[in-house]
Amino acid sequence: MVDVDPQEAPLERPGPADPASRAPMLRMEGIVKHFPGAKALDGVDLDVLPAEVHCLLGQNGAGKSTLIKVLAGAHQPTAGRILIDDQEISIPHPVAALKHGIATMYQELDVVDGLTVAENVYLGHELDRGGFTQRREAARRTREILGRLGHSEISPHQEVGQLSAAGKQIVSMARALSHDARVIIMDEPSAVLDSEEVENLFRVIDELTSQGVAVVYISHRLEEIRRIGDRITVLKDGVTVGRNLPVATTTTRDLIQLMTGRTVEYAFPERPGVPADAPVVLDVDGLALAGVFADVSLQVRAGEIVGLAGLVGSGRSEILETIYGARRATSGTVSVSGRRLRPGSVPSAVDAGIGLSPEERKSQGLVLTEPVYRNITLSTFARMAKGGWLDERAEKRAAREQVEALDLRPASVDREARTLSGGNQQKSLLARWLVHGCDVLLLDEPTRGVDVGARSELYGLVRRLADAGTAILVVSSEIPEVLGLADHVLVISEGRVVHRAPAQDIDEHAVLDLVMEGTAA
Amino acid sequence: MTTAQQTVPSDRPTDPAESRRSWAGRPVVRNLGLVVALVLICVAGFVTGGERFGSVDNILTILRLASITGVLAIGMTFVITSGGIDLSVGSVLGLATVWASTLATQTMAEDFHWIVIVFAALAVGAGAGLVNGVVIAYGRVVPFIATLAMLAAARGLAEMISDRRTQVLSVPGFLDFFRADLIGVPVLIWMFALVAVAGWLVLNRTTFGRRTVAVGGNPEAARLAGIKVQRHIMYIYGLAGLTAGIAAVMMLGRTTAGSSTHGMLLELDVIAAVVVGGTLLQGGRGTIFGTVLGVLIFSTLTNLFTINNMSISAQAVARGVIIVAAVLIQQRFAASKRT
Repeated sequence: MVDVDPQEAPLERPGPADPASRAPMLRMEGIVKHFPGAKALDGVDLDVLPAEVHCLLGQNGAGKSTLIKVLAGAHQPTAGRILIDDQEISIPHPVAALKHGIATMYQELDVVDGLTVAENVYLGHELDRGGFTQRREAARRTREILGRLGHSEISPHQEVGQLSAAGKQIVSMARALSHDARVIIMDEPSAVLDSEEVENLFRVIDELTSQGVAVVYISHRLEEIRRIGDRITVLKDGVTVGRNLPVATTTTRDLIQLMTGRTVEYAFPERPGVPADAPVVLDVDGLALAGVFADVSLQVRAGEIVGLAGLVGSGRSEILETIYGARRATSGTVSVSGRRLRPGSVPSAVDAGIGLSPEERKSQGLVLTEPVYRNITLSTFARMAKGGWLDERAEKRAAREQVEALDLRPASVDREARTLSGGNQQKSLLARWLVHGCDVLLLDEPTRGVDVGARSELYGLVRRLADAGTAILVVSSEIPEVLGLADHVLVISEGRVVHRAPAQDIDEHAVLDLVMEGTAA
Repeated sequence: MTTAQQTVPSDRPTDPAESRRSWAGRPVVRNLGLVVALVLICVAGFVTGGERFGSVDNILTILRLASITGVLAIGMTFVITSGGIDLSVGSVLGLATVWASTLATQTMAEDFHWIVIVFAALAVGAGAGLVNGVVIAYGRVVPFIATLAMLAAARGLAEMISDRRTQVLSVPGFLDFFRADLIGVPVLIWMFALVAVAGWLVLNRTTFGRRTVAVGGNPEAARLAGIKVQRHIMYIYGLAGLTAGIAAVMMLGRTTAGSSTHGMLLELDVIAAVVVGGTLLQGGRGTIFGTVLGVLIFSTLTNLFTINNMSISAQAVARGVIIVAAVLIQQRFAASKRT
């Protein structure tokens, strides 16, 4: 990905050293936002200079999303001032934000599946003449923006519902670009992108800043911030705890300390080593799903963590879902402790002691409007019930035990699941299977959208479960995570296992090489 | 191969202050609005109708009017909570009355007991509901279309069986039982009360109810948690059909006849009552208490209008306005509770 334009390369990044030389374009002062019963923001300051990439860091629940929504006009601040070019402004609704030149790319994809790409890009600000939409002009401009994003292969006339998650992200990005924005807010734009697409994103960001556009960039990935960021603002518990920190001179240790208020080693737990005589618990033999993956065989022993590494779209998630019976395998078998599972039957897998923590927590994992304890007992309430009558007291007791053991916050089992942050939602899914009691745990992207502090905690948790004898199969798009967490790694490319090795014997470069080779073949 | 519950040792205690947020209080507060509405309607009734409205006889009339719609609404609450809709309950009710009354008029055997009529109606109702359920759950036809088809088919079948004639029921035991009073209250009202209490228990206290809410709240999450979603959806429509069967028995008792026109357009009143009661049309949240209040509000209003000599057409317009107003108020209320 050597695509840096030579003319663009010497672009003098307005360095962090001279912030005084330029006035902030956007300034937020003492922003407070109360929700009934909760203070989401309690005095947040943010200065964004023209043409800078300003990174916003903070744990889940630190208030980043709320702050963005205030800027986008989706929430009204309870107190505080927002200034653009030293003029105080108010942003009563999203259109006002756009008028002030603030465009937002949300983390949750905000596209309409039934409309075309061009219609989505110009949604809300359709090009029209006398009430008739100018489809050709919209398509032309959309094509131009998609070209800038390096995605000319997406047609403006394509229906968005047919695109992949990454494709939808591109459309969402194109929409932000279609406004003549002075500030573009990107909420975890790289979460659903693979590494090549992330490169494209960075190129676009470079292009934007060279035109004087400021970017507020939110990401959990410190390496990304190191690459493209200029300055960092750190939020913690709704308060700005680190302000305008220069990316170049701030250490990771300092950042993590600011975010967590304690020193955390971003480290993986020790591997105690799986005894050679540990029994094979999960045995997958020649599993295939037509058109997605073929001939996948793997074994996971009690106490072992096996990781599947591969790019988005390599078939990793589908492999997990097929093992779990959520998809019906075209051929092959899955056995747990020697017992063959009925293909395509989730209840059969659950009865055998398999648990799945799915990739999409909100759409596949949780009943968001139900309280936390009912989400935790979603697989066990029937077992706890007596003759069909629910035993809610037992359910709450079991849920509370897990909430304490996993340090789930806030520590209330009666709150609706949608009020939890990403990391805590993830924990409640783990809790579900802990209550159930599992011999095999399938974890799909266990740390997606989870902040750094909570990550190490989750890693430790997964390792402790393995130590207790659970067989764990984990999928992640972050290769270091798979390498750091697993005992044994399977590299997946285009639906095939292209390599298997103990985690100590393979590094990130090797995995990437294998993945690329597989793609080229 | 399921092991016992696992635990992971923790290093931090929980903060008890954080668990103060009450979730359970909300449904009560939401229903409070409906109670207030019902009280206001009653006040209006006393003011305009005086003793004609407030008499015991009139109150029993209101409740009797509510009972058949009410029983259907309990079943519909389950369907809507699960994220579906059943447009066929009125037609299925009609079919069940015709089927049962045909049985009663044609079976002249000496040992014929009236309870057979009851079981016939229940079986027809549950059977039609299960057909709905199979088509929706396993055939993957959207509920709106599947039950729309049943609406047409059941009504047509009822007309074929009865030849569009009203079949008068002259089975003394049956009529004696269902037209009787129990402690001064008609049996029909007792039946409504019984079905409502049973419905509340099932929705709130049983695994069946929990599955219903989970399937309506997030079918994919329910499936991945190991719940047999398709089978459960089939049961839910079977349950709705069963309530249509119960309602058919009540209709036979009230009108002493089976007819293919019984229950015509009743599904609209039923759905309106459930939605006004606070059950979310998109599924995931249902309230039996709210449904009962919704049914009572509509029947009390109808009574109030009739006492004040309002024309049927004007009543229909008023009902439409009230449905929209009630839902608007509830949404506002829900929104203010949320943000």
